[in-house]
Amino acid sequence: MKSRSAARLTNAIVLHAILVPLAIVWLFPIWMMFVFSTMPENAIFSPNVVLFPSDQFWVNFQLLEADTNFTRTVFVSVVVALVYTFLSVMLTSMAGWALARYRFFGKRIVLGIILGTLTLPFFVVIIPQFIMVARDFGLANTWFALIVPPLFNSLGVLFMRQSFSMMPGDLFDAARVEGVKEWRIFLFVALPMARPTLAALCIILFLFSWNNYLWPLLISNQPDMMTAPVALGTLIGFTRVSWGGIMTGAVVLTVPMLIVFVVLQRHFMAGITAGAIK
Amino acid sequence: MRARTRTAYGFLTPYLVIFAAFWVWPIIYSFWLSFLQTRGLPWRFNPGATWGRLIVDPAFANALKNTLLILAIQVPVMITLATILAVLLNSPLLKARGLMRFAFFAPVVVGEVAYAAVFRLMFNAEFGVVNKIAGGVGLPAVEWFSNPTAAMALIIIAITWRWVGYNAILILSGLQSIPADVYEAATLDRVSKFKQFIFITLPLLRPVILVCLVLSIIGTMQLFVEPFLITNRGGPGSATETLGLFLYRQGFTVLNFGYASAVAYTIAALAVLISLVNFWLAREPK
Repeated sequence: MKSRSAARLTNAIVLHAILVPLAIVWLFPIWMMFVFSTMPENAIFSPNVVLFPSDQFWVNFQLLEADTNFTRTVFVSVVVALVYTFLSVMLTSMAGWALARYRFFGKRIVLGIILGTLTLPFFVVIIPQFIMVARDFGLANTWFALIVPPLFNSLGVLFMRQSFSMMPGDLFDAARVEGVKEWRIFLFVALPMARPTLAALCIILFLFSWNNYLWPLLISNQPDMMTAPVALGTLIGFTRVSWGGIMTGAVVLTVPMLIVFVVLQRHFMAGITAGAIK
Repeated sequence: MRARTRTAYGFLTPYLVIFAAFWVWPIIYSFWLSFLQTRGLPWRFNPGATWGRLIVDPAFANALKNTLLILAIQVPVMITLATILAVLLNSPLLKARGLMRFAFFAPVVVGEVAYAAVFRLMFNAEFGVVNKIAGGVGLPAVEWFSNPTAAMALIIIAITWRWVGYNAILILSGLQSIPADVYEAATLDRVSKFKQFIFITLPLLRPVILVCLVLSIIGTMQLFVEPFLITNRGGPGSATETLGLFLYRQGFTVLNFGYASAVAYTIAALAVLISLVNFWLAREPK
């Protein structure tokens, strides 16, 4: 017995000896993002190793404001992500509800198509989307262009369908007997019951929109309609910009999401795993 | 019956409208576009200028080669690492489990642009913290951005850093769905931990690992931000130019929509093909 507990102790030590340094390496870039954002410009480019924060965050932020209209772009990002999340959750949960709870003509075809698009890269549609939105509709640099074209996603539908189909049918039938309209059953009975799934989906969609780069890069090039990642991206690669400023921007984009992740870790994980498996 | 169908389509319509407008129509349209000569007006049917050019274009061949190289190295390395990580994170001996998961998953939450910026500073040859620390331990300085091989390695390091935790979490959820009594029985039969891993865990994890593989392959096929922002537009020269970056250049810098559409279709075809081969290789043995 004694040797078994000794073996357990050795195993535990080996386990932590591997994982702890690895975890530190993994957190290091995020730590350095924070450190850089607080450093004076000349310290970033100094030959010394600096691993701890200084006190220039606010100065750097003002340098960033001088290079871009960063506060405005964060505002655009927040509005886009909120509206996008709301619309996408509504669209996908309505579709998921139909696919989970009704038998109708064409159901298998619709499901098949949604599953089929899962393996299609976004790149197949990016050029026509751009031509349509920017040239044909003339809608570059608008809220519509930033929010509507990325709305289609198949994972959300499958995710919501799963959630709705696990609910007891008697409940909805009882409401139907009472004469409640179908859309009211969906809105006031089914959706509230799906709250955990909705929370997970909202987090995933918000994060996607918040970090989305390629589509906004194509469709918004006016400073007052840029999202924050696009604005930050325009600075990277130019030599005569403030790197401290870029890093404060990176921190402003990252820290709120990290906090959301820590607070809502359970929902986050649920969204990630349910999104990929099944 | 008909009323049910009507109700169902009432709920489906908004979603299907978006789907039709922004996916179905673009897929058809870009297929048509891929046969058009779009440099100069009017656009004319000329497959030689798109598909014909694709076959002989050395720049396209280079981007294809780079993408497949990254795919061949990065995906197996990352999935192996993620599997090991998942097994370690699943150990009942582990303390501070939440903190550990946070450490490996946090990179997923960091946006592409933000992490690209940090990596540029950290890997700078002269003042980057990575070379400084490596120098402190006596390792030679690596010219991460001007040496083609090192730049490629940097892209692979960056993607692995960002996505290994995501894959580990998926595999971890697969691990946790394996019933414990399977292992209890094996332990009673004195099967070693290592053999349990090879003969019990891995086969049962196959579906999850397959999902990770396919998602990683699709992701790698459309690699864009890392070479665009970290190695500064596919540099040095075109050493880290990927298919995604090549498409972006043709489509949105040169505005050659027809040629870019042919590239887009090639990326899609390759992604679907490689995924199918994967499903086929990983099919249940009869």
